[in-house]
Amino acid sequence: MSLRAELKYKIIKDYGAPALMAFQDLKKRKPRPIPEAFGPPLESNKRLKEILSRHYFLARYVPGVKKVAWVTSGAPVELLRAFDFYTIYPENHSALVGARKQGADYCSIAEGSGYSQDLCSYARIDLGHLLSGKTPAGKLPKPDLLFCSNNICQTVLYWYKAIAHELNIPLIHFDAPFVATEQTEADINYMAQQLQDMIPILERVSQRVFYVDVFERILKSSQETSQTWGAILNAMEAQPAPMTIFDAFGHLAPIVSLRGLPVAQDYYNILREEVDTRVAQGIGAISDERYRLIWDNIAIWYKVRFLATFFAERKMNFVTATYTNAWAETTGYLDVTKPWTSMAKTYGRIILNNNLKHRLDLMKKMIKTYSVDGMVMHSTRSCKPYSVGQFDLRKAITADLNLPAVILDADIADERVWSEQQIHTRLEAFCETLEGSKHG
Amino acid sequence: MVDLYFAGVDVGSLSTDVVIIDGGSNVLSEVVIPTGVNGSEAAENAFNSALGLAKLTRESIVAVTATGYGRASVAFATGKTTEISCHGVGAHHLFPKTGTVIDIGGQDSKVIQVDSQGRMLDFTMNDKCAAGTGRFLEVMATRLELDLDELSSPLNISGESAPISSTCTVFAESEVISLLAKHTPREHIVHGLQRSIVNRIWSMVASIGIEGEVTLTGGVANNQGLVKLLEEKLGLPLNIPENPQTVGALGAAQIACRKY
Repeated sequence: MSLRAELKYKIIKDYGAPALMAFQDLKKRKPRPIPEAFGPPLESNKRLKEILSRHYFLARYVPGVKKVAWVTSGAPVELLRAFDFYTIYPENHSALVGARKQGADYCSIAEGSGYSQDLCSYARIDLGHLLSGKTPAGKLPKPDLLFCSNNICQTVLYWYKAIAHELNIPLIHFDAPFVATEQTEADINYMAQQLQDMIPILERVSQRVFYVDVFERILKSSQETSQTWGAILNAMEAQPAPMTIFDAFGHLAPIVSLRGLPVAQDYYNILREEVDTRVAQGIGAISDERYRLIWDNIAIWYKVRFLATFFAERKMNFVTATYTNAWAETTGYLDVTKPWTSMAKTYGRIILNNNLKHRLDLMKKMIKTYSVDGMVMHSTRSCKPYSVGQFDLRKAITADLNLPAVILDADIADERVWSEQQIHTRLEAFCETLEGSKHG
Repeated sequence: MVDLYFAGVDVGSLSTDVVIIDGGSNVLSEVVIPTGVNGSEAAENAFNSALGLAKLTRESIVAVTATGYGRASVAFATGKTTEISCHGVGAHHLFPKTGTVIDIGGQDSKVIQVDSQGRMLDFTMNDKCAAGTGRFLEVMATRLELDLDELSSPLNISGESAPISSTCTVFAESEVISLLAKHTPREHIVHGLQRSIVNRIWSMVASIGIEGEVTLTGGVANNQGLVKLLEEKLGLPLNIPENPQTVGALGAAQIACRKY
C-alpha cells in the first residue's frame, strides 16, 4: 500500500468527490418533465444518484489503497467487508450498461471472443468490459479477488472462473446446496464451515487481520439495512402505493452492492421516512392507481421508463416484485450471536436457490398481501434459474387465484432481444384481460 | 339498432381485412387485400371496397374498431383493440360454444381462452420467431415453388413426412433445400412442414390448456392438411370458419358494436 496512493484517495474521498457532486448538481440540465400519469417523484432519487456516482468515482482511486473484490449479488459480502475490500458488483455494473442501452455493444465484444449469445447478458457485458476496458462509469478497478456464490445461478462460477483465468487472481466460491425440500442441518454446517475456512485466504489477500467485533458490527448493519429495505417494500401495501416497482429497481442498488456499510444504512433510513410520509399523506407513485400488479424476474433495464409509462398511463402500478423482495426475504435469519449458521440460512434459502413450491407459496402470499390484480412475468434466457418454471407458476397462480397474467420474452440487459411490436401487443392484450376481469 | 352499421379493420402483416356488420350482427361485406408497404392506405382502400360492396356510405358507419399490427395507422378508427381480443370475440360469435381459439396469423400465432361471452380470459403467443406462423409456410412455399393452395391440397394430407427439426424459419429453409437436393418428394416435405407447425402450436395449446370447443382462425385454417394433423394431435375436431382470415376483423366490428 503506497502512502501516496493512500493520501490521494483520502483527498479525493473527502474533498474531490463532494466537489464533483456539487459540480454535477450545478451543471444539471433542466429536469425532464414528469408525465401526468405519475405522482410527484421521490426526493430520495437525488441522494441515491449521489451515492452510486460517488461509489464508482472513488473506485478509480482505490488501487494501491484498498484491495478490490468483484462480488456476485447473492454472495455473503459481510465477510469481505470485515477485511475492508472495496467491492464492485459486475451485475450492478452490467445493469447500468443495460440501462444506458449499451448492452448489445458490450455483449458483441464478448461474442467476438467466442462467448455464446445464449450466455447471460450480465456475464457477456462484464466480459466485454474486461476485454475492452469500456465502461460508462469512467474506469473500474481491476479485482484482486473474485467472490461468487452459486446460490443465484451456476453461470457465475464459470463466468468468474474465466475472469480468474484472464487476470490470474484468486477466486473464492461459496457453494450453496439447492434447497430441494428444506435446508438440512448438514447443508447449514457445510456452508458455515466454508465461511470460516475463507478467513485465512481473505487475510492473506487483504493483508489484514480478522477481528470478530468488526465482523459482528458489519453483520448487524447488514441485517438492519435489509430489514429497513423490507419495511420500505412493505409500505407499498398502501393504496395508492407510495412508489412503483420501477422506482424500487433503482433503489435496490445500495442493498445489493453496499449492504453492511453505513452509507447504505443511512440511505434506507431516509428513503423509509419518505415513503412512510407519502403513505401518511396518501401520495401515490402514479396519479390514479386503479390496478395493482406483481412483477416476476429481473428488470428489463433498457425499458424501465417505457414500461413504467405504459402502465402508469393505464392507471396500473406494480406494487411488488419477487426480484426486489429477494434482498429482504431471508435476512431475518441473520443473527450476530450465530454468525456462521445464520449466514448459511440467509444465503442458502434465497428465492433462486429454493424450490418452485417455495416460490409459488411466496408469490401467492405477496399477491394477497399487496392486493394484486394481475401479474407480469419477464422470461429471460439470461437468467435461466429465474425463468425456468415460470409457465408452471403462471398456470398455478392463474388457476388458483383467477389472476390475469402475461409472460414477456425479453432480456435483462441485451436490448437486441426486445421486440417492441410483439411486446406491445402482448401487453395491450394483457391490459384488456385485466380491465375485463375487474370490471366485466 | 338494425339501421346502425359497424366496421372492423384488421391491418395484419400480410393482409388487411375489413368486415362491415349491422346492429343485428349480420355481415354485410367482407374484404381481404394485401397490406403491402402502406398500412393506412391498405386500410383506406379495403374500407372503401367494403363500403361499396355493402352499398353504404362512410357516414352510415357509426363506429370502427381497428386491430392488428397496423391498428395505430387506421386514421378513421373510433377505437383500437388488440387482435387477440378480436379473434376471441369473432370466433365466439361464429361458434358460440367456443372456449379456445387458435389463431395462426401471418406474423404470429396465439391460443386464446374465452368465457361464455367471448371475452378473453387468458392467452399465449409464439415467442419472437416466425416458426409456427403463416410467414413460415409462405417462405417454404416459395422455396418449394408451390403456391399456398398447393401447399394445402388434400393430396398432401397423408403419407410419409420428411423430418424438419429446426425451429428457426431460415434454418428450416436450409433443411428443405438439403431435402430437395436429396430428391425427397415434395409431398413429404410439405407434410413435414405442416407437422412442424402443428408441433409448435400444440406446445402453446398445452401451456394454456383447452376449454370448450376449439375454433381455428387465421389464413392458415385454409390449409386442409395442417387442419387434419392438428385435429389428430389435439384429439378433437376443430371449428373452421368459412372465412378464417376475416375473423379478427369480424371480432373488431362486434367490439365496435358492443362499445357503441
